[in-house]
Amino acid sequence: MTTENVVEVRALTKSYKGVEAVRGIDFDIRRGETFALLGPNGAGKSTTIEILEGYRDRTGGTVSVLGVDPKHGGLPWKARLGIVLQSTGESGSATVREQLRHFAGLYPNPRDVDEVIAAVGLEQKAGTRIGKLSGGQKRRVDVALGIIGRPELLFLDEPTTGFDPEARRQFWELIRGLSGEGTSILLTTHYLDEAAQLADRAGIIAGGELVAIGAVDELGGADARIPVVRWVEDGALRQERTTEPGRLVAAITASGEPERLEVIRPSLEDIYLELVGETAAASALTEGTRA
Amino acid sequence: MTTVTAPALPAGRTIRLGLSRAGYEIRSYFRQGDTVFFTFLFPLLMLTIFSVAFSESEFGRTPDGDPVTAAQYYLPAMLAAGVLLSGLQNMSIDIAMEKSDGTLKRLAGTPLSVVSYFIGKIGQVLVTAIAQAALLIVVAATAFEVPLPTEPEKWMTFAWVFLLGVTTCAILGIGLSGLPRSGKSATAVIIPIVLVLQFISGIYIQFSMLPEWLQNIANLFPLAWLAHGMRSVFLPESYAAVEVGGEWNLTGIAIVCGIWLVVGLIVTRLTFRWIRKDG
Repeated sequence: MTTENVVEVRALTKSYKGVEAVRGIDFDIRRGETFALLGPNGAGKSTTIEILEGYRDRTGGTVSVLGVDPKHGGLPWKARLGIVLQSTGESGSATVREQLRHFAGLYPNPRDVDEVIAAVGLEQKAGTRIGKLSGGQKRRVDVALGIIGRPELLFLDEPTTGFDPEARRQFWELIRGLSGEGTSILLTTHYLDEAAQLADRAGIIAGGELVAIGAVDELGGADARIPVVRWVEDGALRQERTTEPGRLVAAITASGEPERLEVIRPSLEDIYLELVGETAAASALTEGTRA
Repeated sequence: MTTVTAPALPAGRTIRLGLSRAGYEIRSYFRQGDTVFFTFLFPLLMLTIFSVAFSESEFGRTPDGDPVTAAQYYLPAMLAAGVLLSGLQNMSIDIAMEKSDGTLKRLAGTPLSVVSYFIGKIGQVLVTAIAQAALLIVVAATAFEVPLPTEPEKWMTFAWVFLLGVTTCAILGIGLSGLPRSGKSATAVIIPIVLVLQFISGIYIQFSMLPEWLQNIANLFPLAWLAHGMRSVFLPESYAAVEVGGEWNLTGIAIVCGIWLVVGLIVTRLTFRWIRKDG
């Protein structure tokens, strides 16, 4: 099996006026893979993605995107990328179709304009000026502009902000379709169900460091996934982590039906919160020692 | 890691995309009601106001003894104002807005070269400035019965002064677009500059009535020279007597505008960025 990396990041650092926003991050994205970068606001996600997109210069480390250092990425390099920025506030006096047709013209091998409009579900709004669309519809235009150039690598920075649940599901279908066609995708999102749905692998950034990386269903290690059995005994809440919840439940129920019995398998969100929480606690501790 | 060599982009693409940008920009321009009013129709509005307000006044006489009307007197000034508004004001505010609303950031992520972007912008400025000048001249000639020059040399002068003026103002507009720190402050920063320049350059007030020191200051900037050039085209020859030096100084226009054009190009080259990195 040939694995080729579309993104390689080694010891990436970025300081703003002496403050380290990113402190030594390493990760790869394989061709055809969907990789999610997760983390709380201010953790360094956007800084990292903007360095990969060529919008920011790094302070240290090496970065390669499609075999090119983004610092020196020229037009042919940009022609192979699709970028959906976090949010834009363009006035938008062009219609959806005009805007897409114009941007399609910038790329050497663009997708069909009407197909892309249909893929993001804006057929009804194709002739409407972008400025007159709702927030969620504008976001779909952003996504459409990101994929119109048939990118090899697509950056999606919090793409579904402002989407209703149905629109999010449609968007997921679209992304699965692109992934199926071989597009490599780097996704940042606050919705962990979205990451769980779409990503093959994920990295969690907290405090400028990568605290976990791996396949979405293995993130945080096997220990983090040990189910929790929780029940109420003599009015007190009890919980126990066990790899054999069935056996434990059988043992508990042997002495009668317990109150509020549940077996909880940690979701990606639970694991994420635990990992991010540990970092926050650790950095609070460091701050405390320093003070 | 495997290095994939990207296919080269076709030649001539920069120009082709520049023209495509120009079409896109022109369409956007006319869809924005406020720019159409404050940039495109403003000189026409001012010409109308002056013509109506001073309809009883005379602005000197031609050698044949015909009175020069307010409309004839103000037409060259309004043409020069149009060049400044369509070039400098429109360009600088437009780019400052695009910087702050994310348009430039989005374009920076596409395979569009900065040169194509500027071809689009300058194309937009040229087309709108030409349409604006044509409209001014047609309205002046038909509604206000302003006599137009018949000599081809006059029209040649008009053409080069106009094109040099538009280009210079457009380039200076790009340079000035970096001045406002946000899109919201763009109009507040640019409009006073444009307004003061118009007042001291003989657009609203007769240039010959300004004190000499103020004329000298105004003559450091291109606008006074553009207005001078337009007067040389649309006013009778005898009006040269009240100009600085008592004659039409076309070489002066070329020199001053040429210097500003070069300065503008250097400032643009040094300061223009798609986005402020690490801002």
